[in-house]
This record gives sequence, C-alpha cells and structure tokens, in this order.
Amino acid sequence: MPRWDRVKKSFFDWERLTDSFPHLLHAFVLDIKIFAWTTPCILIVAVLIAIARSTRAPALFPVRIFVIAYTDIMRGVPVILWIYLVGFGVPGIGLERPWNSPLIWGSVALGMTYSAYVAEVFRAGIESVHESQRAAARSLGLSSSQTMRHVILPQAIRRVVPPLMNDMVSLQKDVALVSLIGPIEILRQAGIDKAKFANFTPFVGAALIFLAITIPLTRFTDWLLTRERDRTGASKVR
Amino acid sequence: MNAKLTLNSIAKSFGDNQVLRDISLTIETGEVVSFIGASGSGKTTLLRCINLLETVDNGSILLDNTEITAVGLDPNPIRRRIGIVFQSFNLFPHMSIRRNVTLALTEVLGMSVDAANETASSLLARFGLSEKIDSYPDRLSGGQQQRVAIARALALNPEVLLLDEITSALDPELVGEVLDVVRELKGSGITLLLATHEMGFAREISDRVCFLAEGVVAEMGQPEQIFSHPSDPRTQQFLQRVIAAGRLRG
Repeated sequence: MPRWDRVKKSFFDWERLTDSFPHLLHAFVLDIKIFAWTTPCILIVAVLIAIARSTRAPALFPVRIFVIAYTDIMRGVPVILWIYLVGFGVPGIGLERPWNSPLIWGSVALGMTYSAYVAEVFRAGIESVHESQRAAARSLGLSSSQTMRHVILPQAIRRVVPPLMNDMVSLQKDVALVSLIGPIEILRQAGIDKAKFANFTPFVGAALIFLAITIPLTRFTDWLLTRERDRTGASKVR
Repeated sequence: MNAKLTLNSIAKSFGDNQVLRDISLTIETGEVVSFIGASGSGKTTLLRCINLLETVDNGSILLDNTEITAVGLDPNPIRRRIGIVFQSFNLFPHMSIRRNVTLALTEVLGMSVDAANETASSLLARFGLSEKIDSYPDRLSGGQQQRVAIARALALNPEVLLLDEITSALDPELVGEVLDVVRELKGSGITLLLATHEMGFAREISDRVCFLAEGVVAEMGQPEQIFSHPSDPRTQQFLQRVIAAGRLRG
C-alpha cells in the first residue's frame, strides 16, 4: 500500500487531532443542545400523531386524514431538503430576531421529519398490542382514551424502545445536517479546522466524538430491555 | 323472579358468516345458565354481544328491562354492570396483579388508591392469590391467571358475569381450581352466563343449559333434561359426540 503513509498523515495526524479536539468538543455542545430540545418535542408530537392515527371514531376521520398526509409528506422528502426549505424559507418571511435564526428553523425542520418517522414506530407498537387487551379494558368500563393511556400505550412504548432508540441515534447524527444552513456545530467546525490545517484529521475527531455518544446510547437501550424482560419474566413466546 | 337479561331476536354476522341468526331468551336474576354447542355455534359471539364488545345487527338486549343495545348509548356504565372473563385471560401484562384488579376501580369508579387496594387484597385473598399480589401475570400459572381475571371482573361488583370458555386454555390439572371459584360464585346473587365445553361442570352447576346450533337456540332447559333426555336431534348428535370423546359420562 504505497499511499497508506499519505492517508495516515492526512486522516490520522495525532498533533492535528489534539489541536482541533477542543474546538470540536466545544462545537459539539451545540449538537447536544439541538438534540436535547428536539427529542422531547419529537416524542410528544409523534405519540400524538400515532394516537390520532389509531382512533376509530368515524367523526375523527378528518384528523386521521390530516396525520396520514403529514407523515407521508414529511417522510417523502429528504431531511436535508426540509432543513433548507424550512431553515431558509421561514426566516425569509421577515421574522424579527431572534426568531429568524436558521438554528431554530433548522431544528424545527429536523423535528418535523423525525416526528413523522417516530410516529410510525409508535403506531407499529400500538398495533402490535393484541385486540384482546383492548377488549379486556373496554369490558371493565374503561373509555377508549383510558384504554389507550393505561393499557395500550404503556405496552406499545415498551415494545418500540429498540427501534425508537435507533431513531434517536440516527437523530443524534442528523443534527449535523443543520450545519448546512449556518450554525457552527461539530461538522462545520471540523470543516473549518480541516481547511485551516489542510488535513482531514478533524473529521476523524468528530467521528470519534459521535461514537462516544451513540455507542453508550445503544448499550443503554439493551440494558433497559434486559431489565424490563427480567422484571415481567416474559418467558412466553409472543 | 324477575328478568335480569332479555335477548330479543339477536342476529350477528361477520361478513358472509352469520354466526347468530335469531336468539331470544330470558335469564332470571341469580340464575346460572350454560351455553353449550359445537365450536363456531356462536357461544362466544353471544357473550361478547351481551357485553357490548360486539354490536348486534338485529334484535335487542335488555338489562333490567332497559335496552342496552340502543344506538348512541354510552356502553361504559353498562359494562361496569356486566363483567366478562375471557378464554385467554387477557390480563394486562405490564401491570402487577394488584394493579390489574384496581385499574377499573380507580379509573372508572374513581375509588381512592387505598380503598381500591383493599378491595383487591380481599378479593385476591378469597381466591387464594394473596402471595401473588405483587407479581406480574407472566409469573403465574394459567389457573392462577384465570382466577385473577375473575377477581378483576368481580372487583366492579357486576350484576352479571359472563364466563367465556374460561377453562379451555388451561392444562387439565388446572381446570379444577378455576371451576371451584365459579362454584363459589353460584348463589352469591350474581347472574352467571357460561360458554363452556366442560359438560360435566355445566350439568353440575347450571340452573338451565342452552344448546346453540346454527345460530339459534336449539334447545334450552334443566341440565337433566338437556343431558339425559335431549329432544332436539342436533342436541342428541352433539352429546353423542361428546360422550364418544370421553368428555361426559353417558
């Protein structure tokens, strides 16, 4: 491998890594902030969408149509395109500071698309709860919303924790896409350092920082699942 | 005696399959009535219609002379008065045994947590389940789960209890403990409707037995009459098959 030395020099330069690491860590704080404020919004909106879609009352038909359209449209367009459209488009209508910040609207775009994906995960969970559970709850006189809240949702959420965490890991990475409309988060900072050093090592540093978050997050999910299985002792084949 | 439950010409189809054609019968307060018949004869569907889990296509059901199948009626207050126990138990797997029993008490009746817990403790003690009160359903045997399901339905103090083939999913050695609970309920004033394949038990416990065939009541009467002197040829044929299968002494 005659070119390995050159690759090593431009991607794995220890000195460049230690030089840029503090900048990268500092910029990563913004990634964490975006992740931290979009995640709860996504989860709440997604649960509401999934519940709306699982309603059965004929009178709520328009609501179901609306949320189906929402999830289809949000999932049908690449995330990056939504970030451009919403991130540049909405401030473009002439909002005052601080409401014209691409950071805010980029996060909103991210939240909108992810809530549609996560809603589908919740919906799959809701539908996986056997109809007999609903029958049992309704037979006790619980209303359909009480049945959803106490019987269906708790079981659905437990079942979708792994795919949900999968989406969260994915979101944690896609936060970097917001950099494309301006905010200096870790990916953009790595780009800046790359240009300054004429060396790609800052990107490797950024990758290491992402891994430091996403791997523990995945292990934590596994731990949660094991604990849940031990507690309820589900030895049955489902 | 007064009629607790009156069924007038009940009909119910699922697609092209007409499960109930024309069922009319009256059940007295405190009476124990068993519904027998081949699989698919409509026993389960009939019980689910009475609990309003299914809507009838035709006919009406009266509880204490009030029509409960009227269009637009809120089913929830009625379901509190008519409990149901399912073949597959249908306990809530994410809740402790205690919470399974108290859920409807706190959420539907608005009882305080303490009062609900007390009700659950005494009911579960009555059925020999005190030790399991903090366990989760998956840790219990089938017989124990079904007894919890009965306790859960009884917690609301229903006037009518529907038992839908409650021993069909159990291992043979666990059937007895569940039937003992049902024996205990008889005579407590509650009206019991059973869909069952346990012919010996139906004969022993029932005030009346109703044989369903092809979506109608083929024959209904005292257990002795149905089991020893069936008049309808369909009943005779059914019982012969049951005896041949060793499920009833001839």
